[in-house]
Amino acid sequence: MAKYLFRRVLASVPVLFVVAFIVFALLRLSPGDPAMILAGDGATPAQLDAMRHSMGLDRGIIEQFVIWLSKVLRGDFGVSLITGLPMRDLVLDRLGPSFALCLSTITLAVVVAIPVGVVAAWRQGRALDRIIMSGSVMAFSVPVFIIGYVLILLLSRGLGWFPVQGYRPLSEGIGAFALHLTLPTLTMSAPFIAVISRIVRSSVIEVMGEDYIRTARSKGLSERGVLFKHALGNAAVPIATVVGLSIALLLGGAVVTESVFNIPGLGRLVLEAVLSRDFTAIQTLILLSSVTYVVINLAIDVLYSILDPRIRY
Amino acid sequence: MTTSSRPDSYRVRVLTVSELKVETSPALERPPLVSGICFDVCAGETVCIVGESGSGKSVTSLAIMGLLPKGALEVTRGSILIDGEDVLSASETRLRQMRASKMAMVFQEPMTALNPVQRVGRQIEEVLRLHTSLTARHRRNRIMEMLEAVHLPDIERIYRAFPHELSGGQRQRIVIAMALILKPKVLIADEPTTALDVTTQKQILNLIRELQQSQQTAVVFITHDFGVVSEIADRIVVMNRGRVVETGTRDQILARPSEDYTRTLVSSVPSLVPRHRSDPAAHKVLEVVGLGKTYEKPQFFGRARAVAAAKDVNLTVARGEITGIVGESGSGKSTVARCIELLIEPSSGSVMLNGDDLTKVRARDLHSVRRRVQFVFQDPYRSLNPRRTVGDSVMEGLINYGMPRRDAFGQSAESLELVGLDRAVMSRYPHQFSGGQRQRICIARALVMKPELLIADEAVSALDVSVQAQVLTLIDDIRVRTGVSILFITHDLRVAAQICHKILVMRRGEVVEVGDAMTVLANPLHEYTRTLIEAAPGRDWDFQNFRPIHAPSATIN
Amino acid sequence: MTLTQLATSPPATGPDRSVNDPPSPSESFARAQLRRVFRSWPVRMALGALVGLVLIAIFASWLGTSDPTELSPGARLKGVSAAHWLGTDSLGRDVYSRAIFGSRVSLVVGLGAATISIAIGLLIGVISGYSRSADAIIMRFMDGVMAIPGILLAIALVSLVGANLLTVLIAICIPDIPRVVRLARAVVLSVRSEPYVEAATTLGTRFHVMIWRHIVPSTVAPLIVQGTFIFASAILAESVLSFLGAGIPPETPSWGNIMADGRVYFQLQPGLILFPGLLVSMTVLSINLLGDAMRDGLDPRLSGRL
Repeated sequence: MAKYLFRRVLASVPVLFVVAFIVFALLRLSPGDPAMILAGDGATPAQLDAMRHSMGLDRGIIEQFVIWLSKVLRGDFGVSLITGLPMRDLVLDRLGPSFALCLSTITLAVVVAIPVGVVAAWRQGRALDRIIMSGSVMAFSVPVFIIGYVLILLLSRGLGWFPVQGYRPLSEGIGAFALHLTLPTLTMSAPFIAVISRIVRSSVIEVMGEDYIRTARSKGLSERGVLFKHALGNAAVPIATVVGLSIALLLGGAVVTESVFNIPGLGRLVLEAVLSRDFTAIQTLILLSSVTYVVINLAIDVLYSILDPRIRY
Repeated sequence: MTTSSRPDSYRVRVLTVSELKVETSPALERPPLVSGICFDVCAGETVCIVGESGSGKSVTSLAIMGLLPKGALEVTRGSILIDGEDVLSASETRLRQMRASKMAMVFQEPMTALNPVQRVGRQIEEVLRLHTSLTARHRRNRIMEMLEAVHLPDIERIYRAFPHELSGGQRQRIVIAMALILKPKVLIADEPTTALDVTTQKQILNLIRELQQSQQTAVVFITHDFGVVSEIADRIVVMNRGRVVETGTRDQILARPSEDYTRTLVSSVPSLVPRHRSDPAAHKVLEVVGLGKTYEKPQFFGRARAVAAAKDVNLTVARGEITGIVGESGSGKSTVARCIELLIEPSSGSVMLNGDDLTKVRARDLHSVRRRVQFVFQDPYRSLNPRRTVGDSVMEGLINYGMPRRDAFGQSAESLELVGLDRAVMSRYPHQFSGGQRQRICIARALVMKPELLIADEAVSALDVSVQAQVLTLIDDIRVRTGVSILFITHDLRVAAQICHKILVMRRGEVVEVGDAMTVLANPLHEYTRTLIEAAPGRDWDFQNFRPIHAPSATIN
Repeated sequence: MTLTQLATSPPATGPDRSVNDPPSPSESFARAQLRRVFRSWPVRMALGALVGLVLIAIFASWLGTSDPTELSPGARLKGVSAAHWLGTDSLGRDVYSRAIFGSRVSLVVGLGAATISIAIGLLIGVISGYSRSADAIIMRFMDGVMAIPGILLAIALVSLVGANLLTVLIAICIPDIPRVVRLARAVVLSVRSEPYVEAATTLGTRFHVMIWRHIVPSTVAPLIVQGTFIFASAILAESVLSFLGAGIPPETPSWGNIMADGRVYFQLQPGLILFPGLLVSMTVLSINLLGDAMRDGLDPRLSGRL
């Protein structure tokens, strides 16, 4: 078990390295000169050179990469080119709203999608299954921001139940916090519910065709018993996979949702950085979200070995 | 096998199937899967249902368990009485109560029959939880007793094991323990030993017989193998295409079959009596010397561990003769074949084909020697590209070696005719043919290359027994007509006996015995060969001549 | 074969059916299945919608009522009228005409993304599936690309390299390529161990012939299905990128750009977002339905997966 764990951790090192390399290379692709942006339009060539030197831009590309990587490994992500603040502070400042949004979204998605998927598998081919599956395919065919605007139109402007936009931290009271978070959560979770429930359904259907399900039936187990005692346990691995992948995709979704609902989170920070061409910020945010992805996948790998005793090599 | 001689008055009929008819649901314009099925089974008796694929034997067994897939198959006529109670009219709840307590089932594939994420002890316990009100301690005791009764070693460990930690034979014992723990009246065993090696098969057959006698279970044993039937059956039901062809006692069916179909089926069963004798003076087409193949199993810590799939294998194939390699799964027989064909690279030794060492051939010259050795694979359903016509597949080799299409077409057509197919089949696709026909196509595809050596890797193992007999006859016929030399790989000693001049017996990568087929089968020197011969089902019966070889022994223990 | 398959497959024939039967049409089971799937009405409607969309894109110059880029500062944010069937945007451009022309962008982006990522992904996937040494490096690299959230990578690429149709297209493709590589590689790995491929080896089939004759054809069905889903997600991605302000230049008529423009005036003129949103949704839904149908028809085992 410990060996398995160690191997998984070790296997993700090259992936992280590739990510770091891509993120670093990405910015060198750009035709713009970061020093020019930072120094402003009126800078003299001498000022620009000084700026380049202080940023390390005059060194060899490999050297720059090594320096950058060693800094990143020490937790130093540099300073935002636009605001001049350390990236670490910027990120920590924006973490709260995004974390709240992502957590509520994935919780809602899992809580809704698993039962829905199981029910669809249970009634495979019948009317209920078709309704659920049609709803699901519709939910991930609509752009997320459209769902957001329709919800705002109906529930905020129409019925006045929720605030149109904005965010209140938990410290301002749970009521305001929850009220502001409801619509963004509903919006963002829609495609996740759709995708997860589809996977749950197909996994359960696949497992229900296995030989050991027939064995379970021949023991005299009821269909309900077969489903809960044998099918779900075996469908858990693919379900865990898709939930894990969804968690990793959350930040991408947050960019859109936070921008629709005007939530000051990391997603908005990404957008601000991109629009103002704040290279350090873009680099840091992409790197952090990729690392999150790798770490979550690692956690899922570990979860597999608990869910399925065969995966302990 | 003494039950058949017991007076009828002692018999208690526990399973009666009458006029059973199963159709697809919703009823399509399609003949029923089975119809008019009638048979009965008494306590302590074994009734074998024998038939080839598509005969409806599995559908019948699932119908008895009430496990036909809902919405797909439906019993439309007849009755199934277990202990006087009709399974077909029982409510869903009652059916569930009856399963495992009145009727239980053992399935073919032990590797997939158990839930992979649950410990086996718990899976057996589930039966007790469902059907009894025993306390946890009593349940555990019962399970331990049962694990002991199925002769599993180290039962404490097995109780806590996951299925993947057990061998195929052990898993099948677990499934049997699960099926018999409540002492059901009827046990349905659907090809329970087909996926197992012969030696394991023998043990499992003994086990079922032993438990059956102690519990007086009525056993319905479904199989395609008349060898197994001749050893365990009290009575036999022969099925074909959804109907019962013939029913009778073991001796009636095996010695005096009244229907032609039964007659063909019984006489197709290969016996252990060898037919050919090797000519020691014949030219050696293939000489394998000291062949070895080791796989490096990478270890995370320390050096890679070497696993030997074949060690120091020596063999020869004489011109116009068939050399057989016999062994159970994991014996390395296929590794040897694939090394000779250069599908994998041998780690040591040499493969001399008419004087040329194939292992010394450089990678870019491989192409030129490929055509000299041809291969027929086990699975006729996967060895033809489903997207290409039969003609394209058969011509492929010739065209690869630069033959104009027109000539290749003509030669392929001749080759197909040699294996008994019409040249018109060339424009059709593989899915339009049965397994036996596809195997003929594969043989034609190999022969058209005019190989010096033909390797048949389990080439008849996936076929029904009557088709198997036809293909074996064909292979031997082709050998006589074309003079091709053949290396024939099989797990079935009986098949080897039918066709081989010389036999090699392999175990765990090593050759344990080699010799003339007559000698090896009549006077085996190695203990393992003797075990294999003893485990070969049906060796007491001469199927071709419808008579026992010796006086039938009373028990198989 | 399971019993359910038994019940749904064509009637069983005897073990040695006469081979001299009149040859049946050489239509494979998969094709028959496909035909059956395409007979259902939602799939037909989806097909109809897509055909309509293609026609609109082709004949946009005739269908549009005015120049989609023409500004008229005097007619900003006008409602629905006879002159402007769907009103005007914040710069006074005719929304109906912009939407009609916008279909071109969506189709080009969708088709382009599907074609490019399938082509590149197939190439890399086949190499990866056949060469063990290349495989290790390629797959680590693909894992790395997959670790970067697609939207983030795309908006970063577009904003760094500059916004035009080509960069948007490439930015949308890159996150999809690793998925195609994985799929193609998985198919190659499973096919190359098929006995018929080994049989071809023993018949002296050379490597490059093997790839074209036996390996690539079996990737076609799953890749077409995958391509359909990429088509759909690329259209969505284009609209999201434009909406976020990191898409193709705002003057180009595209559905995403109409919505991006309408964002600020959402409370005033919800139609500016909802109407193009409806177009995007219907298009993507149709393609997804078609993809599902093709998957069910071409590869029933994949049924229900994404």
